[in-house]
Amino acid sequence: MLSFVVLFPLLGAMLAGIFAYRGSKLPAQMISTILVGCAMVMSFVLFFTLGDAEVTKVTLFRFIEVGDIDASWVLRLDLLSAVMLVVVTTVSFLVHLYSFGYMADDDDRAKFFSYLSLFTFAMLSLVTADNFLQMFFGWEGVGLASYLLIGFYYKKESANAAAMKAFVVNRVGDVGYALGIFLAAMTFGSISFDNMFAKLSDPSFVDAGFMFLGINWPLLELMGVLLFIGAMGKSAQLLLHTWLPDAMEGPTPVSALIHAATMVTAGVFLVCRMSPLYELTDFASGLMTFVGATTCLYAATVALAQNDIKRVIAFSTCSQLGYMFFAAGVGAYQVAMFHLFTHAFFKALLFLGAGSVIHAMHHQQDMRSMGGLRKILPHTYAMMLIGTIAITGLGIPGTPIGFAGFFSKDAVIEVAHAASGTMSGYAFWVGIMAAFLTALYSWRLIFMTFHGEYRMDKHDYEHAHEAPRVMLIPLYLLAFGAVFAGILTKGIFFGHGDDMMNIWDGIVAGGISLIDEAHEVAYWVKVAPFVVSVAGLLVAWNYYMRHPKDVQRWIDDFPLLHRIFTNKWYFDELYQHLFVNSLHRLGMFFRNSFEVSVDRFGPDGIGNIMMQLSGRFSSLQSGFLFHYALAMICGVVLLLGLAIYLAMSGISS
Amino acid sequence: MIDHSHFLAVSAIMFTIGVFGIFINRKNIIVIMMSVELILLAVNINLVTFASKWGDITGEVFVLLTLTVAAAEAAVGLAILVTYFRNRGSISVEDVNLMKG
Amino acid sequence: MYASIAFYIIAFITLLSAFLVVSARNPVHSVLFLILTFFSSAGLFLLLGAEFLAMILMVVYVGAVAVLFLFVVMMLDVDFAELRQGFLSYLPLGGLIALALVAEILVAIVGRELGSGSSLINQQDAANTQLIGQVLYTDHVLLFQLSGLILLAAMIGAIVLTLRHRDGVRRQNIASQVGRRAEDAVELKDVEPGRGISR
Repeated sequence: MLSFVVLFPLLGAMLAGIFAYRGSKLPAQMISTILVGCAMVMSFVLFFTLGDAEVTKVTLFRFIEVGDIDASWVLRLDLLSAVMLVVVTTVSFLVHLYSFGYMADDDDRAKFFSYLSLFTFAMLSLVTADNFLQMFFGWEGVGLASYLLIGFYYKKESANAAAMKAFVVNRVGDVGYALGIFLAAMTFGSISFDNMFAKLSDPSFVDAGFMFLGINWPLLELMGVLLFIGAMGKSAQLLLHTWLPDAMEGPTPVSALIHAATMVTAGVFLVCRMSPLYELTDFASGLMTFVGATTCLYAATVALAQNDIKRVIAFSTCSQLGYMFFAAGVGAYQVAMFHLFTHAFFKALLFLGAGSVIHAMHHQQDMRSMGGLRKILPHTYAMMLIGTIAITGLGIPGTPIGFAGFFSKDAVIEVAHAASGTMSGYAFWVGIMAAFLTALYSWRLIFMTFHGEYRMDKHDYEHAHEAPRVMLIPLYLLAFGAVFAGILTKGIFFGHGDDMMNIWDGIVAGGISLIDEAHEVAYWVKVAPFVVSVAGLLVAWNYYMRHPKDVQRWIDDFPLLHRIFTNKWYFDELYQHLFVNSLHRLGMFFRNSFEVSVDRFGPDGIGNIMMQLSGRFSSLQSGFLFHYALAMICGVVLLLGLAIYLAMSGISS
Repeated sequence: MIDHSHFLAVSAIMFTIGVFGIFINRKNIIVIMMSVELILLAVNINLVTFASKWGDITGEVFVLLTLTVAAAEAAVGLAILVTYFRNRGSISVEDVNLMKG
Repeated sequence: MYASIAFYIIAFITLLSAFLVVSARNPVHSVLFLILTFFSSAGLFLLLGAEFLAMILMVVYVGAVAVLFLFVVMMLDVDFAELRQGFLSYLPLGGLIALALVAEILVAIVGRELGSGSSLINQQDAANTQLIGQVLYTDHVLLFQLSGLILLAAMIGAIVLTLRHRDGVRRQNIASQVGRRAEDAVELKDVEPGRGISR
């Protein structure tokens, strides 16, 4: 059944691609959606029938066998991948469904569905990977699908540029990831996870070094950092995050599927999968905590000042990913997975809700020209409200009642407080601050979009309309997830000692004792996230509902801060000057100096000589059959003669 | 029993006759195709000989594939020939030099 | 002993008829000699213990391929005398190369006593056909399927190549005949008295 889950989307992608090629649209949409739906049902079955600490493997075929490297195509099912399977197939199915409505006017929608299914396949093969190579395949596969989908409106120049940017920035991370894989293959002599984890228990590796450039690098730390760089690229963490906001050029369902719920969480998944490694590395984990926490805060500040509705949510994604990373960094991998799981639901909900707004507003994305949409889009409004409550983590402290984010985000902050690592204190305080900012920008989005006065022009307002039912149903289902995902799965991800031990044994290393401590943190720690998020709500209400003019005064009072936030702390400009321009200059230098000297005599000269030679040789081809036969037989006679001669002389000597 | 090298010799001579036939009948494509059949038959004898020599039935199974290919080749070749004759009114291969580079 | 005598006779016939295939003046004779070559090769196969293949050779080659050749030779109205022009002028070079080739191959073969073979095929109880059947549908089933595909492709190819659509040939179209209705075929008109039928 596991192989069906993985292969159905591939089948759907291929069939949809064929239909798209033949120009029929509805069959392509139906077939890919139904196949992904089947995959979703099966992954739920797999998830619920999975025993505690159970690891199942399905070997599909042998892939590569070179020397010590023996990579088979093995699907691995354990709790970690089962959670991801559920998330990926569910969100993917709902996004497929949603796209029926959202893409209804697009002529290339069959192709769109094909890409969506292709992405789903790549993501599923990533999460079911049993060795690094397979994971790398899925890793690059989602990169490709993401490129295709971001650049889906290929006639738009900005979409093409954004697709390219996403691809290139991801390559930077992938270099680190690939180097990490090489290092692991070299060290452990195998690329299979099981083998690596088994060897990690050998203490001789802990202090092992790796000589490079005359410096003795601590082996495991290096490996951890390299793999984390890969995760940073995919999960848009600080320094490699610049592609994520630009990726919003793609259609909104894509943003929901790829840039909120699934692909960007691949980095978190990788880190959790590598938990036995990160348990042994202090520096790499500390770095992860630091980067995660910093991203969390950074993205939240930027989200405050954005006006594009999708970009706000994109930065919010970035920020929430930061939460996951520092949870993993302090060692609570289960909690990272918990937040990943709940986040998938409410973030996809927010994105699809935003898509519904954009759909209603005829592809207007600027929140400044929205407002008062509550009356026109009552269903979307209700769903967005649920998503916002979930992301800000409202609930009743001290009771097991609350929205999804209430459990997972509080859990992240509690483990950060309970942890003893170097960076965990920083992570805790940053987490609290980011929780405040999260509430602020999330409610700002709601108030600017749905409340207040109509700021759009009259024409658009009259034509605005509630989304069709096929777009609303996914919203309802995701809202269900956003409300209940936390309550229902709390026991799995953030339960108590022995239960957790049974469930996670052998799948994720460590984390249990930390989570146990996190249950015992002081009362104010437990309440703090709730308090700050209510504070965020109140501040947002005050400024965006009651005194909208005060916002402008704030901007006028702190112009520098506002400029920094609006321009995303000038990272794009910095990179432009630092890397893009200098590389461009280098390229121009090579072009001006080398192309006229080296190329002219080297490659081009050889090419010209070959052209002349081949012209002469081609006149040898007379076109008569027997000439060729004659030449062939003469060759055979000569070769045979040579062989006999050699054999004879071999015998005589 | 007969030494297996004798069979190989027969096969070698038949192969050479096939090649020889291609040369001397360079205009008559029908005979060229028959020569190709001879060459393939020589190959078959070789395969059967070694199958018998090593006691491995796989060689004989492979002969079946060769037979199939030879039959297919004859059918397609003759079909081409018929079409060619229909278009040009002749089967002389000396006129066929479209492959000229 | 008898086997040796049989071998030499059959081998002689095989080679002689093979030579006549390429040197006969009349292509019809060539085809007939080709048939003889196939027959005697089947005899060689029998001597090697491959009874099934001998039968197949007769059925496929003699029954199908050679007859196909015969058809084509007799069907096409070709001036074969013209095609034989230059036969003698090619002979020296062709003969030289052929002699060199056969000499080399014989040098390679002769002088190595391969022995008559401890043929496992003959030692086993099962008949040759049975042995082939046992492996053909199990170990070599893909090969078998592949041969089928090759034959299918060849069949389609041959049909496509030789099929001609002639224009201007009237054919019966049963569907349109059956689908004909009275309204389409008969037209009723009121004829006014004294005016006849005019349009």
